[in-house]
Amino acid sequence: MSVPLPFYLGLSAVLFTVGVAGVLTRRNAIVVFMCIELMLNSVNLTLVAFSAFLGDMTGQALVFFVMAVAAAEAAVGLAIVIAIFRNKQTVNIDEINILKW
Amino acid sequence: MTAETLIFVLLAVGAVASAIMMVVQRNPLMSALCLIANFFCLAALYLLLHAQLLAVLEIVVYAGAIMVLVVFVIMLLNLGAENRLAERLNIQTMLGVALVAGLLLELLYVLLGSGTVQGPAVATEGTAGIGTVESMGTALFGQFLLPFEITSLLLLAAVVGAVILAKKHL
Repeated sequence: MSVPLPFYLGLSAVLFTVGVAGVLTRRNAIVVFMCIELMLNSVNLTLVAFSAFLGDMTGQALVFFVMAVAAAEAAVGLAIVIAIFRNKQTVNIDEINILKW
Repeated sequence: MTAETLIFVLLAVGAVASAIMMVVQRNPLMSALCLIANFFCLAALYLLLHAQLLAVLEIVVYAGAIMVLVVFVIMLLNLGAENRLAERLNIQTMLGVALVAGLLLELLYVLLGSGTVQGPAVATEGTAGIGTVESMGTALFGQFLLPFEITSLLLLAAVVGAVILAKKHL
């Protein structure tokens, strides 16, 4: 592996930050949801990189479980989005604030 | 610069560009397509790290299953494009951007500045085999058997929850 580990870690940090920026600035619930997926993926990249560079496959097993949890989260999260849209006719998270106070 | 570094740089630029495009796009469908492009870049990066099974799973599970679900919901809800970013540039958004910049600096400082993580402790021949289906399967059905079974319970709970939540009469 000729690419050093810090390259992967830096890329992962940048991707995670872009995901956070999306969560903080976008107002569409589905796009916020996709940004969370992006953050999960950037952490996965960190785990795979460490796993490869340390010669230990525990990190890859963890990524496998993260993918399973992400799939479950996608199913439930999108079901919630559909339920909210059915009730309020919007997915703008500025207008979905009944849990706020 | 070796070929591997060149491939890494190309994939990294592709991944970051598609991620930024996803956040900037106002049409949610275009955001979803950019995210799929990002997943393909990440899958190729996994291949570069000798994680073959995860590279395939990234495409099959993320780009195949999850994103199809997301695109399906976007089309089902028939959403229009969001308002322009400039129209609602308030204190909250600016605070968010400032916090994100701080987070990036912090992450880069922690990940890159914390001394050098030494390269493979094991020889490359030893590490090359850890991402294959065979070794992953052996680990998942041996060392990680209990988490693996709990994951199946989690997926079952998610299926039941999704069906209940999406029903017409809650």
